[in-house]
Amino acid sequence: MLEIRFHGRGGQGTVLAAKILADAVLLAGKAECMAIPEFGVERRGAPVTAYARISSGKILLRSRIYEPDAVVLMDPTVAAGADIVKGLKPGGALVLNTEAPLETLEARYPGFKLYAVPARRIAIDNKLGPVSAPMVNTAMVGAVCAIFSLADPASVEKAIRDNVPSRHDANALAARQAAAAVLWRQPCPS
Amino acid sequence: MKKVLMGNHAAAMGAMLAKVDVVSAYPITPQTQVVEFLAEQKAKGAFAGQYLKVESEHSAMAELLGAATAGARCFTATSSQGLAYMHELLHWVAGARLPVVMVDVNRALAAPWNLWTDQSDSLSQRDTGWMQFYCSTNQEVLDTVIMAYRIAEEVHLPAMVVLDGFTLSHTYEPVDIPDAERVDAFLPRYAPSQILDTKTPLSFGALAQPKEYFRLRRRMAADMKRAEDVIMTVGRDFGESFGRRYGLFDAYRCDDADAILVTSGAVGCTAKAAVDALREKGYAAGNLRLRVFRPFPADALAAFVRPGIPLAVIDRDYSPGGTGIWFEEIKAALYSREVRPPVYGFIAGLGGGDITSELLQEAWLKTLSGRAAEAEASWVEDAR
Repeated sequence: MLEIRFHGRGGQGTVLAAKILADAVLLAGKAECMAIPEFGVERRGAPVTAYARISSGKILLRSRIYEPDAVVLMDPTVAAGADIVKGLKPGGALVLNTEAPLETLEARYPGFKLYAVPARRIAIDNKLGPVSAPMVNTAMVGAVCAIFSLADPASVEKAIRDNVPSRHDANALAARQAAAAVLWRQPCPS
Repeated sequence: MKKVLMGNHAAAMGAMLAKVDVVSAYPITPQTQVVEFLAEQKAKGAFAGQYLKVESEHSAMAELLGAATAGARCFTATSSQGLAYMHELLHWVAGARLPVVMVDVNRALAAPWNLWTDQSDSLSQRDTGWMQFYCSTNQEVLDTVIMAYRIAEEVHLPAMVVLDGFTLSHTYEPVDIPDAERVDAFLPRYAPSQILDTKTPLSFGALAQPKEYFRLRRRMAADMKRAEDVIMTVGRDFGESFGRRYGLFDAYRCDDADAILVTSGAVGCTAKAAVDALREKGYAAGNLRLRVFRPFPADALAAFVRPGIPLAVIDRDYSPGGTGIWFEEIKAALYSREVRPPVYGFIAGLGGGDITSELLQEAWLKTLSGRAAEAEASWVEDAR
């Protein structure tokens, strides 16, 4: 079973990202996925957490995820106010929406497998959301599905088209571009 | 057809498939998407029934009291304070023997304000005459709404289908949506024998003298008892039609268990993972997930338990001045029986606190070793 925790902000589509992920996994037909939004009061701009469990068998656990295999950071500014790697398994995966060089990230998050996704730039290039608050969710889902081989590109694209309210082509393109733009590196020995 | 659905949409889908005639509802977190979905379907022309917007939950149930008396298949959904506000009408609908089906999305009662799951809202409606079904997956939510109409219309009693706030209501997972024609075959149109109709005038809810009242209540008691068999029959029929069978409870790895967790709702699902984890450590653990709270399946439970095999009852609820509500019910059900296993109670996860596999394993181990108090429930919490 793969357990993922997402960090984002209200209004950025973090919960929808988890839902798209669950749809893509179902469409791909190889595993089950449970997407769990954090049980909070919805406020635009406030930190939002969501979880996903993906398993080839039946998913029985319905609790929150305390020790995820992977953490996905949708909004880099959330990291300033929250310990985003809390509970992340040693050597676990950290998927960041960032254009910062891997060396900088490595110094900040030693001991984790790092994935950098320029989702913000991709969202802006595709005119997804306002420049001040680009909608990065479809780019991040595309990257996450590719990184963990959760769903094939066709399933990801269909899941995006089924869920996003508008700009279907641009969102599908953002997911493909993000999947291709992932930079990564193994954890450095500590 | 499998689709990823949140629990609230699974509930609404169940109502759509049951082809309800009237929906009357007022929104409240975490239930809102149930009635929002139905309102959207109505606006799109996909829902043929009436959708009544009202100013309160009290009015929502009052509208259904009237509509059901006129022979309509009725649906609503609520949570917490909304359910509490309906309380008076719940008695009315049950006393009038109307088979209304309502979804309650569990949420703790104020004060203080809290949005998260807690069974105190539904359990505190215990004595209103409504049947209560507790679901552990979004699939079970959809299926139970459909079954609830068959059961309610057969025994002439209303039914509440209960799901955990957020843990089910807002969680997305794959749900198999049954084919509409097969649901029609499973659940025929509601055709009550006596309805409010100006062409053949009848009086409804008139004054009953003590003798009549007593007899009517006694009939209700007999039908509540009969409902246990009807629930089993309908659950078996559902299994034959759709491949998913349901009963009064769902026993998991209990046959050779040395102690048994007793759970309800979504916790009943996590408890299976806890049982698997304990089994891997070499312990013979089992889980008994109760699906039905009213009618309380006392005879079935008494036939199920074994001498000397203790029960660890998990309550996500609390009756102030008493203890865990399931815990009390289970003890009362077993007191007069020959086989009376030790029963331990655990109060956990009030106001949406997480009930984790680790916490359930701890409760099971305390029960196995006899370290839990027997008369009073222990309050337990996952410290994370």
